[in-house]
Amino acid sequence: MPEITRDEVAHLADLARIDLTPEELDHLAPQLSVILESVASISGVAGDDVPPTSHPVPLTNVFRADVVTRSLTPEQALSGAPEVESQRFSVPRILGDEQ
Amino acid sequence: MTETLLTFEDALAGFDPALGLEVHVELNTASKMFCGCATEFGAEPNTQTCPTCLGLPGAMPVVNATAVESAIRIGLALNCEIAEWCRFARKNYFYPDMPKNFQTSQYDEPIAFNGWTEVEVDGETYRIEIERAHMEEDTGKSTHVGETGRIHGADYSLVDYNRAGIPLIEIVTKPILGTGAEAPAVARAYVAHLRELLLGLGVSDVRMEQGSLRCDVNLSLSPSGSGTLGTRTETKNVNSLRSVERAVRFEVQRHAAVLSGGGSVLQETRHWHEDTGITTSGREKSDAEDYRYFPEPDLVPVAPSREWVESLRAALPEPPRERRARLQEAWGFSDLEMRDTVGAGALTLVEETIAAGASPQAARKWWLADLARRANDTGVELSALGVTPAQVAEVQALVDAGSLNDKLARQVFEGLLAGEGSPAEIVAARGLAIVSDDGALGAAVDAAIAANPDVADKIRDGKVAAAGALIGAVMKEMRGQADAARVRELILERLA
Amino acid sequence: MIRKTAAEMAAALEAGETTSVALTQAHLDRIAEVDGEVHAFLHVDAEGALEQAAASDGRRAAGAAASPLDGVPIAVKDVLATEGLPTTCGSKILEGWVPPYDATVVRRLREAGLPILGKTNMDEFAMGSSTEHSAYGPTRNPWDLARIPGGSGGGSAAAVSAYEAPIALGTDTGGSIRQPAAVTGSVGVKPTYGGVSRYGLVALANSLDQVGPVTRTVLDAALLHELIGGHDPLDSTSVDAPVGDLVAAARRGADGDLAGLRIGVVTELSGEGWQDGVMSRFTEAVEALVSAGAEVVEVSCPHFVHALATYYLILPAEASSNLAKFDAMRYGLRVWPEGDAPSAEEVMKATREAGFGDEVKRRIILGTYALSSGYYDAYYGTAQKVRTLISRDFEAAFERVDVLLSPTAPTTAFPLGAKLDDPLAMYLNDLATIPANLAGVPGISVPSGLADEDGLPAGLQILAPAMADDRCYRVGAAAEALLAERWGGLLLDRAPDLTGASS
Repeated sequence: MPEITRDEVAHLADLARIDLTPEELDHLAPQLSVILESVASISGVAGDDVPPTSHPVPLTNVFRADVVTRSLTPEQALSGAPEVESQRFSVPRILGDEQ
Repeated sequence: MTETLLTFEDALAGFDPALGLEVHVELNTASKMFCGCATEFGAEPNTQTCPTCLGLPGAMPVVNATAVESAIRIGLALNCEIAEWCRFARKNYFYPDMPKNFQTSQYDEPIAFNGWTEVEVDGETYRIEIERAHMEEDTGKSTHVGETGRIHGADYSLVDYNRAGIPLIEIVTKPILGTGAEAPAVARAYVAHLRELLLGLGVSDVRMEQGSLRCDVNLSLSPSGSGTLGTRTETKNVNSLRSVERAVRFEVQRHAAVLSGGGSVLQETRHWHEDTGITTSGREKSDAEDYRYFPEPDLVPVAPSREWVESLRAALPEPPRERRARLQEAWGFSDLEMRDTVGAGALTLVEETIAAGASPQAARKWWLADLARRANDTGVELSALGVTPAQVAEVQALVDAGSLNDKLARQVFEGLLAGEGSPAEIVAARGLAIVSDDGALGAAVDAAIAANPDVADKIRDGKVAAAGALIGAVMKEMRGQADAARVRELILERLA
Repeated sequence: MIRKTAAEMAAALEAGETTSVALTQAHLDRIAEVDGEVHAFLHVDAEGALEQAAASDGRRAAGAAASPLDGVPIAVKDVLATEGLPTTCGSKILEGWVPPYDATVVRRLREAGLPILGKTNMDEFAMGSSTEHSAYGPTRNPWDLARIPGGSGGGSAAAVSAYEAPIALGTDTGGSIRQPAAVTGSVGVKPTYGGVSRYGLVALANSLDQVGPVTRTVLDAALLHELIGGHDPLDSTSVDAPVGDLVAAARRGADGDLAGLRIGVVTELSGEGWQDGVMSRFTEAVEALVSAGAEVVEVSCPHFVHALATYYLILPAEASSNLAKFDAMRYGLRVWPEGDAPSAEEVMKATREAGFGDEVKRRIILGTYALSSGYYDAYYGTAQKVRTLISRDFEAAFERVDVLLSPTAPTTAFPLGAKLDDPLAMYLNDLATIPANLAGVPGISVPSGLADEDGLPAGLQILAPAMADDRCYRVGAAAEALLAERWGGLLLDRAPDLTGASS
């Protein structure tokens, strides 16, 4: 039976960048375990020969021509920004590395 | 923290290096990978963005056909197999310069895989196996605001998303083994070779200084002859050919020191510092990033038809090695001249200069002697100096016509590098043209004769060789701009 | 006037018997009158709607109507981007966000001349089956204000069934159009995947989401579907094929002749957990279709029993990635945690903690888990395979029958709060609707009658093969006509008059 521990939920919340409260962690772990137990019922349903479906409609090669179209104005682009400086999105200091 | 290093020689005595190179190439498509925004470098911030590349809620991607074509052509040029069917995948991680907090990339289904290419170092050929080449998108650019101006210690950052969504091809090698002491040179030669190849394909500007070609260097050491692979480090964003070579060298020395001291190398990302020539520790990788890849549901699979692939293969330009051999023969360059030309990244520049009318030796001379020195001094690529092959050919044409001599030509190049306009404009503005007008020259010759009666007498006595001294005096008087041949004629006429 | 169908309103506009301004104002008045109770709308744009209505009247007067529905007002689910109008997806994290662009379907509405009344309430990011997960408070069922209107598109369904709008747009990821239609006595259509553009639809699960019509009649749904459907180059998954003549299919179905039609009843979508009254109405509806000439057979779709589990792996996985963009950097809420100079990462975490509701967090964590290295194959990978099996079940079934039938939802509307802290019980509402999303096939829900136990509406679901949306309209219209004949009018005519309730 799949079980998801409180520590695991905390790790997942970290990966998902959600600062869950201790109460939420307490609450979520058993809840997710129940859900996982229920969804785990599909294990073994499909054999190895069954191909996975990632797209419900079997389209391929949908491309656009390499043509420049109109961009938003910078005012539009920045219209929802919590903070703007020098026509750029102002964000809190970034820890860690450049990607 | 200062790293302990072993000398390079000592490092190689005890260890075999294994290289791995990941090169990110920005394609030179007119529009972005998944939207129609322009890709122009240096535009005003956030002027080339739309709902898709800003990751606004609801926006969707559509694949740029030319980017796919470029990816296939790169794959073919690297002797790769081209996938019959492949998908894009989401690479999930949070970073403020990444609008969706996932990068649309490819995971276990790259468009090109299992290729190879060859590079030469000191006459020796190294075969580099290509693991894969896949399509993805670039991120935005952050400027860090604070006292340091760098990411560490910044108060906050400002993000410009113009670059977000520009098509990238990531080309990954398999581990490159058996290069020994040549590892740094092989790494450099590989990146130089890729640049040449990509330039030939016309798919990228490959300007390392602008970031349109970026290199991550993976390196590990194993005890000599053990045949195993050691723990690797990944040094990010090594952005010049020289730095590629230096970064490999540095990491070899650093790893060797760690291992020799009985320690173990930490699997981590390292940062390359161009100014100090060292790498420093970045984020630890042991806590394996969990990117939670899955197929991008908003994009349908790419299934290039074999007909398309074969038509692209048939239209590929000549491979660099064959091209070099052909050009060397056509130009009559020695092996050394050719190697220098290629090494300086001047092959295409020289070719274009010759096409614009200059002789092969003249083209080589200007690019390698003068311009390459300047590029080296200022730390930019030769092609980024701001001097074009057409301009070099124009200067040489002026020399050939007798309007300039080499010394004056160098001054014209100074002007070109300073952005003073075309060669003709610089000659006019700086007054560099050679004076062959008899009126002006005659007066200077008369003055030189009057000032040097002893020399004049010698010439009158038939010692024509002494004319050199008078010519020198005239040239000095005319700041090098006199037509030396005419001056000689005038002197001999007067003293006959 | 507001009780007319959209088709009738369009005819009245065409005949000059009314104006779009009058029609739009009448709906705005109705909203002012009843929406305090129903809470179908998150945002009403009276000014904009009246401006668009006036422009429509100008076109009609000049004999230049932009579309058959030019001037008929519409409500839009708040998950669709509307330039200049707030778009919150029912979430605090997007409070006040005004998109700088229109979703393709919204652009098509504007081009077709439909005044947009406002944005309708929904479960946060379309996660839910009751609209109780809206950060802005629940929508109430016009049939019984103490009950849920279904979800996630409870706002659109309630707006239509409370006569606050003649038609609306919804989105359906696992039943969010059809299940609300069933429990509010209205009509809802989930088109074939790729049949209607998703560009500008804030994705819940990209491979499952579809935009579709929410209306009071099948004909109205067909009119709206034809208007919003068709290829969109901005949506790579959009099918490049004509929408088909859906209006004609609806008209043909309303004639009531189903001779030669083969209908299949899905064995797996009945039995334990299915409310008796819902099943009775379903059986009667099937009998009505048979009386009109259809042949009925029972069809087994053995993998449908795994649809719910499959769905609750695929959906959270895709959603966890889609919702990563809500990070306080570019738009929406930004919450600064306590402490000295918090980092971007800390601001992201604090914002997402404060800005997302419980159900959203639950699904993000679940999806993050399902995609994690080490679990991918067991969960997401397996779910994608079972998805294939469910599609194959449909393919096999459609070799035998033209359409598949089931009740739309297992129960009628339940009381507000009844399942709020029992996610699994909540998820069971979508048992019958989910298979269509997994396979990408179209489905419609039409009213099947009132359950005996509680006098609340139940729905009949009709599923057809991909790109055969016209069959949903033909059979849906037939069922609607046959049952209306029996009831002496539309089921909604029997809904309580809310004006009494609000006073």
